[in-house]
Amino acid sequence: MMKVLGFLVLLALSSALTCEAAIFKPISHSHRSAALELFTPADGSFKSFEEAYEALRTFEVLGIKKQPDQRADTCASVVDTLSSPSSALKDLFQALRVNGLLNCELNKKAFAGIVPRLKDAVKIASSLLDSYYSVGSLVLIKGLSSDVDVHLESADSVFRAIKALGQSDGRWRYSSNNPESSTYAAGIAFESLAGVISLASSEIDQSLISMVKNDISKLLGGLEKYDDGAYYFDEKLVDAQGHQGPLAASSAVVCGITSFATVSAENLNLPGDKILGLARFFLGIGVPGNAKDLYYQVEALASLENNRVSMPLILSLPTNVLSLTRKDPLKVNVNTVLGAAAPSLTVKLKQIFSSGSKDSSVIDQDLKFDHKNAVHYLDALPKDIDVGSYVFTFEVVLHDSEHRMIYATGGRTKVPIHITGVIKVNNAEISALDSDLGNVETRKKLDLAGENSVCLSANHLQKLRLSFQLTSPLGHALKPHQAFLKLTHESKLEHIFVVHNSGKQFEIILDFLGLVEKFFYLSGRYDIELTVGDAVMENSFLQPLGSVELDLPEPPEKAALPPPLVVDPSSRFGPKEEIAHIFRAPEKRPPRNLSYAFLALVLLPFVGFLVGLLRLGVNLKNFPTSAPATFAILFHLAIAAVLSLYFLFWLKLNLFITLKALGFLGIFLLFVGHRTLSHLASTSAKLKSA
Amino acid sequence: MAKSSATKDAQALFHSLRSAYAATPTNLKIIDLYVVFAISTALIQVVYMALVGSFPFNSFLSGVLSCIGTAVLAVCLRIQVNKENKEFKDLPPERAFADFVLCNLVLHLVIMNFLG
Repeated sequence: MMKVLGFLVLLALSSALTCEAAIFKPISHSHRSAALELFTPADGSFKSFEEAYEALRTFEVLGIKKQPDQRADTCASVVDTLSSPSSALKDLFQALRVNGLLNCELNKKAFAGIVPRLKDAVKIASSLLDSYYSVGSLVLIKGLSSDVDVHLESADSVFRAIKALGQSDGRWRYSSNNPESSTYAAGIAFESLAGVISLASSEIDQSLISMVKNDISKLLGGLEKYDDGAYYFDEKLVDAQGHQGPLAASSAVVCGITSFATVSAENLNLPGDKILGLARFFLGIGVPGNAKDLYYQVEALASLENNRVSMPLILSLPTNVLSLTRKDPLKVNVNTVLGAAAPSLTVKLKQIFSSGSKDSSVIDQDLKFDHKNAVHYLDALPKDIDVGSYVFTFEVVLHDSEHRMIYATGGRTKVPIHITGVIKVNNAEISALDSDLGNVETRKKLDLAGENSVCLSANHLQKLRLSFQLTSPLGHALKPHQAFLKLTHESKLEHIFVVHNSGKQFEIILDFLGLVEKFFYLSGRYDIELTVGDAVMENSFLQPLGSVELDLPEPPEKAALPPPLVVDPSSRFGPKEEIAHIFRAPEKRPPRNLSYAFLALVLLPFVGFLVGLLRLGVNLKNFPTSAPATFAILFHLAIAAVLSLYFLFWLKLNLFITLKALGFLGIFLLFVGHRTLSHLASTSAKLKSA
Repeated sequence: MAKSSATKDAQALFHSLRSAYAATPTNLKIIDLYVVFAISTALIQVVYMALVGSFPFNSFLSGVLSCIGTAVLAVCLRIQVNKENKEFKDLPPERAFADFVLCNLVLHLVIMNFLG
C-alpha cells in the first residue's frame, strides 16, 4: 500500500522537475564506476590508440588511479608506430597522445626522424584533420623533449591556411573542396590554431588572433538553449566521421576554445552564462551509457575546470525534498564541475515562487556556511512556507573580487524544491443517515491514523456520510491530489467516488436511493476503503475503514446486469488452457481366429453348392463347339474380367476409371453375350422344332 | 399314438414333396441350389454379426445384400426359365439368363462401391 503511494509521489516529483528550474549535479562517484565499467576492454587490450587515449584520459580526469594492465602492450605498439617511417599522421598523433598519458620510455632519436616529417605535413596539409594531427603531434613532442626543435618558422602562413577554412558563422570546413561546414570541425580548428600559436617561433600577427576571437564569439552566438538553462552546439552535419552529435560538437568546441584561450594572451570575453550553460549541458546528461559519450563529457568538463578564463560553479542540492515535520535544513552545495571545492562565497536565497501561483515572495537571506561539510545551509525555512512545490532562486556571491573574473556563477539559479510534511487528519467520522429527515441512525468515529473496522448497515432509503478534515503543519487547508472512497462488493465489483472538500472539511454523502442502479441492485456487504494521497503529504494513506451491509431492493426486470468481473490483466498473457485432443477410440475388433473361422464358414456353402451341382449330374454338354465356342469362352472371360475389375475397384481404383473400363468391357460383353446366347437360343429352337 | 401318427404324416408329406421335387428339371434344381447357397452365405454373415458386432457396418450390409440380391435375381431367373409359367412362354431362357448376368453385374458394381 505504501509502495504504491511512494511510487505516486515519485511520479509527481519527476513531472514537477520538468519545469524551468532543474538541478545539475557535479561529477560524482557514479561517473567513476561507470568509467571503470565502460572503459575496460572486453578482450584485454585496446582496439586502437584512440580508444586507449579516451580510456586513459577519462581515468586521469576522474582521478582513477588504476593503471591499466595493458600498459606494456600499449607502450610497445606506441614505440612501433613512432619508429615506423610509414605510419599515418593520425596514428602518430594518437600514439603520441597515449604516450603523453602513459609516459612510455621512448628513444629520443625517434623524434628526430618524425619532426621533419611532421613539419612538412603541416606546410602541405590540405585538410583540417591533417593540420590538426600534425600540429597536435608537434605540440605533444614539444612537451616531451626540449632537445628537439619543433618551432614553426612559417607559423603565420599555417595559421592563415587553417583560418581560410573558417566560415562566416564561426563554423569550419574539413577541407577546401568540401563545402559543408561543421561545429565539430570548428572545435578542432581552434585547437589546431592554439597549437600553431604555441609552436610559433615568432609572435603571431595580432589581427589574426582577433579574427579568431571574432569567430569564437560568432560561434557562441549560435548556441542552442534548453529550457532548463543548458546551452549546447547543435551539429547539423552528418558525415562519414560518425558519432558527432551535439555532445561531440559541444565538447570539441569547449576544448578548442579553452586551449585557444590558454595560449593566446588576449582576453576572450567569454560570456559567463553561456559557459555555465555549456557546463550544465554536459552535467545534465548524467552518466552516459557509452564510452565515447563519457569521454566527450569528461574531456569537456576537464577543460572547463582548468581553463583560466571562465570556470563555471555549479550549485546543487543534496536533496530537493525537504520535510517540514522533520525540520530539514535547506542545504546547498557549490562546486566546480568536477566536484572540487569552490572558493569562498556566499549563497543567497533571493526569491521563492510557489508553483501553484505566479506570485513570489522576495526574501534576501544569506545561507550559513558549514566549513566541516563544505555545505551552505539554512536552519529554518521562512515562516510562511507550507507544504507544496516551490521554486527557490539562489544567487552565488563570490567574496574575492578577483574570483569574480574567473568563475562563472551565472547570476540567479532556480531550483525546484518540494516541501513535505505530515498532514493532520481530524474529525473523521462515518455515519448512516435517514434519507428524508437527515436523522443520524448510527455514527462512528474514525481514527484514520490507526486501524478501523466499522460495521454499518443501511437500506436504499438511507444515506452514508463520511467526513474528515485535513490540516497542513501551518494550519492551512490542503487539497490532496487524490481523495477517493472505494466501495467493494463481495463479488469484487468496485465503485469509486471522489471526496470533495470545502476548505478543510472533506465530506461525501452517498444517497443509496440514487445509487441503486449504479450498484446493480446488489445487496450485501460492501468494504469501504479511503485513499488520501499527495506528493507533499508524508502520511498518505490507503486504508480499509470497515464495511457497510447494504439492503437494496430486488432489481426490476429491465435492470442492467452487473458487468463481468475484470480479469486480472496479467493472467491474460499467461499460458492458455491446454487443448486436449480427443481421438475416437478404435472399434473393438473380434479375435483374428474367429474371423478366419467365419471366412471358412462363408466358403462352406460354396463348396456345398459345387457338391450339389455334382450330385445333380451337371454337365457341359450344351457348351457350343467349333466357331461359337470362341464366343462362349470370350463371354465367360469377359464376365470374369468385369468381376476382376470390380475387385480392383474395391482395392485401389476410383469410380471414374472403373466406369470407363466398365463401359468398354460392357460393350464387348454385350456383343459376345449376344452372339453366344442367340446361338444357344437358335440351337434349342431347332431342337424343339425337330 | 397321436405323436407317431403325426410323425408319420410328416414323413409322408416330406416323402411326397421329395418325389414331387425330383420331377423338376435339372436346370431349375441348379438355380435352387444357387439360391440356397446364397441364402446360407448371408445367414452365416448374420450370425457372425450377431456374435462379433456390426463394426464395419457397410461391409456387413454389402456382404448380406450381395447374397440376398443375387438370390432374388436367381429366383427371378427361375420364374422366367420355368416352362410351366405360361406367361413367360415366349421368352427364351437365354434372354432370361442375359438379364440375370446384367442385373448381377450392376448389383455388384453398387455392392463394391458400398463395400468401402
